[in-house]
Amino acid sequence: MTIEEIENEIISEFSMFGDWMEKYEYIIELGNDMPVIDSTYQTEENLIPGCQSRVWLHAEQKEGKIIFTANSDAIITKGIISLLIRVLSFQNPEDILSADLRFVKEIGLTDHLSPTRSNGLVSMVKQMKNFAFAFSNV
Amino acid sequence: MEAIAMNVDQIRFDFPLLSQKVNGKNLVYLDNGATTQKPKIVVDAIANYYKEYNSNIHRGVHTLSQMATNEFEQAREVIQKFIGAAKKEEVIITSGTTEGINLVASAWGRANVKAGDEIVISAMEHHSNIVPWQMICEEREAVLKVIPMDENGELILNQLDEFINLKTKLVAVSHVSNSLGTVNDIERIIDRAHSLGALVLIDGAQSVSHGPISVVDLDADFYVFSGHKLFGPTGIGVLYGKETILNDMPPYKGGGDMIKSVSFEKTTFNEIPHKFEAGTPNIAGGIGLAKAIEYIQQIGFDFIQEQEEKLKIAATGMLNSIEGVRIIGQAAKKESVISFTIDGLHPFDVGTILDQLGIAVRTGHHCTQPVMDFFGIPGTIRASFAFYNNMEDIEALRKGIIKAKSMLEI
Repeated sequence: MTIEEIENEIISEFSMFGDWMEKYEYIIELGNDMPVIDSTYQTEENLIPGCQSRVWLHAEQKEGKIIFTANSDAIITKGIISLLIRVLSFQNPEDILSADLRFVKEIGLTDHLSPTRSNGLVSMVKQMKNFAFAFSNV
Repeated sequence: MEAIAMNVDQIRFDFPLLSQKVNGKNLVYLDNGATTQKPKIVVDAIANYYKEYNSNIHRGVHTLSQMATNEFEQAREVIQKFIGAAKKEEVIITSGTTEGINLVASAWGRANVKAGDEIVISAMEHHSNIVPWQMICEEREAVLKVIPMDENGELILNQLDEFINLKTKLVAVSHVSNSLGTVNDIERIIDRAHSLGALVLIDGAQSVSHGPISVVDLDADFYVFSGHKLFGPTGIGVLYGKETILNDMPPYKGGGDMIKSVSFEKTTFNEIPHKFEAGTPNIAGGIGLAKAIEYIQQIGFDFIQEQEEKLKIAATGMLNSIEGVRIIGQAAKKESVISFTIDGLHPFDVGTILDQLGIAVRTGHHCTQPVMDFFGIPGTIRASFAFYNNMEDIEALRKGIIKAKSMLEI
């Protein structure tokens, strides 16, 4: 699926929630179900700056696609990461670089999350794009 | 000014923001340690300044400039009386606690700290009372010493003689810890420091809103605080310093208002307090802060302390009744600042759920990373109370924590 197709899928999933609780319960569930990063990658080097909660992000390239794995010590952060990974993992570097990630706004995460959380999210996306940029120049 | 009723329900009407809805819920504001809300009279005083007599101070010949100058200098007198300073010249207007500490570390530090000297801080300082001292110590090859604390979040003062000794030039310590709520025994620290000729700077950021202060009775050499934690505006603060010490200090910043005369060959500096107030100050901020102080004086610290003590006891009891909640900071003497963790849950997740319920708390390390490291935790959830909080706020917090636990616990 393309980035846009996955984003649309997420937007339609979130449109079914009646209130903030259902939405956050789903995000928490995603966080709990997310496959964790290989512990050898959960290093100081892979720690993302700017997050109030700690986030580790690892990227590798297989057959031209970038595969992201991540972890966080906070479960809601992990749920949001899980959405970002679902959208951006197994995509081409060029597509990752041009993704505008409008789903974040559409599902009301920028509106509902605190400024520091948004910054964490912003740092995470920036780091994913940095990886894509690095891999596109290999 | 109109009389203010001594009743929390009435007092809440003085603060327009408290009746806001947040995320569709009634706001429960428990982040007073970060900043306090502003009474309407403060907001009005600032608006009036801009609407009616906005002008630059200390230099204008015209009427509005004189009015603004009078109001600003009257504000200085209000602050002087509020902190019990002997003279208004000892009240330096700053942008906040951080600038006050940096001013002393830089101006006093450069003139007085030499290689091998020691500066003493405590284990529970805010980053803003750590970093400026690290900077001057590094520059001067001086040594920074840290008074340790125990598991309750109390400073260990029985070895004070080791930490404050003949090499000590200055001790910089918070009156009240922002992350633990601990009220430090600053009288004992000041006595020890003065007995050896060392100066003491008290960081009053977290104490000034909770009880009366007399810098003369305390015999503090420097006392710093921020206006916005005292129901006043942001961007305004106070550095109190003893007159003789301030007179001996070189200026901090250069610019207008801090000079007597300037030529390209030589500049002579103005008298205190202006020597330390280069450039146009935050005039509206000073006027707003004075109004906030007048408001607090009308409410009275007797009422404030009684109310905050009630809130602290009720909130502590409530938190202790919830399984898995651990209060971080069990000092015998605390202000109404309560940090806690919940077993198995990240503070940030809890804070996010509470926010959805309209409850404002602070989560994280509270700019005291060494304190979090000491307790081996990534951060805490902090509920900090002001006199306008009520028992309904505590009940809302209890329900919010129960809800967060049910959503977040696996």
